[in-house]
Amino acid sequence: MATATTQNRSWYRRNEIAVTPWLFLLPGILFFALYVIIPIFQSVWISFHEWDGLGEKTWVGTANYERLLGGDRKFETSFWNNLKWLVLYLLAIPMGLSISLFLNQTVRGIRLYKSLFFFPFVISQVVVGLVFSWFYLPNDGLFDVITGLVGIDIKGGVLGNPNTATYGIIAAGLWPQTAYCMILYLTGLNAVDPEQVEAARLDGAKGLKMLWYVIIPQLKPATFIAFVVTIIGALRSFDFIAVMTNGGPFGSTRVLSFYMFEESLSEFGFRMGYGAAIAVVLFFIMLIFIGYFLWSMYQDEKGVR
Amino acid sequence: MSKTFKGTIAALSAATILAGSASAQSLSGDLRIVSDMSNPAPRAVMEGLAADFGAMHPDLNIELEIVDREAWKTQIRNALTANAPDVVNWYAATRMTPYVDAGLFMDISDLWEDPAMADLASTKGAMTLNGAQWGVPYTYYQWGVYYRKDIFEELGLSEPTTWDEEIANCQVIVDSGRACYTIGSKYLWTAGGWFDYINSRTNGYEFHIQLANGEVEWTDDRVRETFANWRTLIDMGAFIEDHQAYSWQEALPFMVDGEAASYLMGNFAVAAMRDGGLTDDQLDFYQFPQINPDVAPAEDAPTDTFHIPSGAQNVEAAKAFLLYVTSPDVQSAINGGDALGQLPVNAAAAVSDDKFIQEGFDMLSNNASGGIMQFFDRDFPAEMASVGMEGLQEFMVFPDNLDDILERLEDTRQRVYQ
Repeated sequence: MATATTQNRSWYRRNEIAVTPWLFLLPGILFFALYVIIPIFQSVWISFHEWDGLGEKTWVGTANYERLLGGDRKFETSFWNNLKWLVLYLLAIPMGLSISLFLNQTVRGIRLYKSLFFFPFVISQVVVGLVFSWFYLPNDGLFDVITGLVGIDIKGGVLGNPNTATYGIIAAGLWPQTAYCMILYLTGLNAVDPEQVEAARLDGAKGLKMLWYVIIPQLKPATFIAFVVTIIGALRSFDFIAVMTNGGPFGSTRVLSFYMFEESLSEFGFRMGYGAAIAVVLFFIMLIFIGYFLWSMYQDEKGVR
Repeated sequence: MSKTFKGTIAALSAATILAGSASAQSLSGDLRIVSDMSNPAPRAVMEGLAADFGAMHPDLNIELEIVDREAWKTQIRNALTANAPDVVNWYAATRMTPYVDAGLFMDISDLWEDPAMADLASTKGAMTLNGAQWGVPYTYYQWGVYYRKDIFEELGLSEPTTWDEEIANCQVIVDSGRACYTIGSKYLWTAGGWFDYINSRTNGYEFHIQLANGEVEWTDDRVRETFANWRTLIDMGAFIEDHQAYSWQEALPFMVDGEAASYLMGNFAVAAMRDGGLTDDQLDFYQFPQINPDVAPAEDAPTDTFHIPSGAQNVEAAKAFLLYVTSPDVQSAINGGDALGQLPVNAAAAVSDDKFIQEGFDMLSNNASGGIMQFFDRDFPAEMASVGMEGLQEFMVFPDNLDDILERLEDTRQRVYQ
């Protein structure tokens, strides 16, 4: 009799527990595959070809990679600039933390101050870039006027001088990124346990000691997210470069994402194979970080269990 | 104001004449035009063209879509491949190559055999690739040196015709505390204009085109001679400082404020200079001076064009539209001072009486025996042009890097022209 009832139940009923999660996941998986996973493999496939985006693809094997990694100076410049971005962009985290500590108090109008500090993150990166490029203008720009007062003259202006241009753009990028980190830390500070602070105070901890041993450990989740968004932000720094210098002067501010765009999609581009090869290299660089983040998230999850 | 009248009259007569002749062939169906004439004046011209052509052919339904000019430079690829329109805008010369090679532009050599096209003979070369014609031009404009006449008069200078005079003039201007030339090289192409001129004046048009076609090495001594001539100007402080931080528009105030005496530019800069407050009494034009007396002068005169995509549905109407756009009366009307303010491509068309257009027309008709260049980024293939212009900008800022720059360009040349 027992077997008969199992027979009567429909296939879905019998497998409900196993199937339902997949049904819920299906739309997500479908779109993720269509717009993320499949294009990744397509990019890798294209990177082995020479293709102008219109005609037939020609198989060139690893020629694109040989050229890219075998002494393409544009690639080298882009790579080093990416490293500069990675390192200097992380300054947004301590800067955001200090601003959030400063703002984490209850005085009249604190909401207004908070929103003013958050403001650069709300406005478009293009606008920030444009404002900073005016700020940096040679002769008339405020920055040039200020440095002129202390007797420093940057030849060509900050963005016109190949030695300073990248740093100028990173500084512009730090402004909104700091605001982002600040908001992450502000929410983190709300979750700091007042009893622990009280206990630490009784034990005589204050100032930097309090910050280092009591507050910051409790902010670990916020720090982790701040690291993730800052590193990803540094690696895809594209908008600022496109707006502020367009990769110039003479290509000295290129980063990998901008170089990829230039080769494959810009006015003088449409070397899709080469662009795709750059994209693949950038993907693997990002994969190192993403892999690390995923791994440490996995470790945390395990710790909770 | 008389030019406005003339333009209007020409447009009116154009409409009547063509309306009379065109009723013989009746066109029907849809004609889809995608145009990049998105700036205010060109947009009005394009809309006028579509409306007038539609009025001549009542059975024809014209769909006009105007796309941002910069965006079109990349969008054209999608437009030509998927559901292609019947008529599109583009540029002449090497810039057509990717679409011709991919078979996306229609071969319209038969249209060029039409007797009406004989008056366009001067631009036929720029529309020819692989021995066939791939589109028609509708306007072009001269390049040259626009200068502050009042400053020249103040310093007792006259328009230079030779390189020595040019340098002597420049020395006087520099000594007076000004720069000879303003330029904004942030977007690179402005430096391409300087290279076009100095190279073609030093080595001739043939050599310049050979270089564009990848037949000459960038490390060739003749190329070095070009850069040596250019360097003379750079070393004497002829160009404004920090030009790599400015766009061409941001470099204009130097000329308007009198900090720089002249500007090597296309004729489109005149409108901006007038908007900046310079009157025609302060502003004048001269042809880029001769450098090598054995070389016939070649001029930059970029040509804008119409093409029929090979996927066009209504080819008959598209060809009729191309003939209409290039006809003398329409050419007179759309290139008039109140419309595009540029040079008509049809020899039978009337030239606007704007002083700069007149001077440019005279220069291109009588004193450009070397040839017509389409501009650095249209004559050189895309990758060569982008690497090249970057090198030119670097040269203008760090002339000492020349050897390194030329080697880089030569590397690119060997790869690009395979």
